[in-house]
Amino acid sequence: MITVFFAYFATVSIVAGVLTVALRNPVHCGLALLAVLMHVSGLFVLLNAEFLWAVQVIVYAGAILVLYLFVLMLLNLKTDERYLHSSYPYFLGPALVGAAYVLFLLLRSPYEGAKGDAPVSAVLEQGDTYAVGIKMFSDHLLQFEIVGIFLLGAIIGAIVLAKTPKPIPRPTGGSERRGG
Amino acid sequence: MVPLSAYVAVSAVLFITGLLGVLIRRNFIIVLMAVEIMLNAANINLVAFSHYLESMAGQLVALFIIAIAAGEAAVGLAIIIVVFRSKLATNVDEMNLLKW
Repeated sequence: MITVFFAYFATVSIVAGVLTVALRNPVHCGLALLAVLMHVSGLFVLLNAEFLWAVQVIVYAGAILVLYLFVLMLLNLKTDERYLHSSYPYFLGPALVGAAYVLFLLLRSPYEGAKGDAPVSAVLEQGDTYAVGIKMFSDHLLQFEIVGIFLLGAIIGAIVLAKTPKPIPRPTGGSERRGG
Repeated sequence: MVPLSAYVAVSAVLFITGLLGVLIRRNFIIVLMAVEIMLNAANINLVAFSHYLESMAGQLVALFIIAIAAGEAAVGLAIIIVVFRSKLATNVDEMNLLKW
């Protein structure tokens, strides 16, 4: 059953990812990106990461994507006649060959390593949110604070950048400047 | 049971899709969307390894990546608005002020 769900989420997320890159109208690209995000969050559920699922839906689909769509509507972009970069065939071929090679290597390599301290049974018993919270506020508290400072800086930076600039006051008595 | 390499493969395909999007699209907003796809691919990898290697650290890093993606989207879209106000275009090949 998990295999079926995995196949569905994986296929749809990849197809929607390709559509996000390939569609012509930017609003359609945004909607395809929404499909990618929702199906990636489905993969998180399969991996017992319910907290990340909720964060993905709320932050990505709820906040980031709405911000993208707002900016798309605000700028009112026309669909370009030439929407791909002029030299894209030079990227497309090598990228596909390289991707095939990487996939071949990934599928045949074993993944083993030292197990950590959060076995699946313990996570299922306590709940993922509890486990993430305990880990975050004990071992990773400094990183958490740094992310908070980072977000504050990003908010201030975005406001400063996007604010309508004040017109520069003309010096009085000077002659009219002509733009060159 | 889905093997770990299946998740890694999905993540690799999504990452390469996003990388191609960054390289071949002209619209700056779509380029930022492709960056979001790449960040999501990295998140799949982190959560999958966190599940299979039974450690919580991967999910924490994925959480931090989501926060950084939010900041990146806000600042990137603000830059797009600034450029659009002066040039009336969002194409990356018309933003060449810093090119030497």
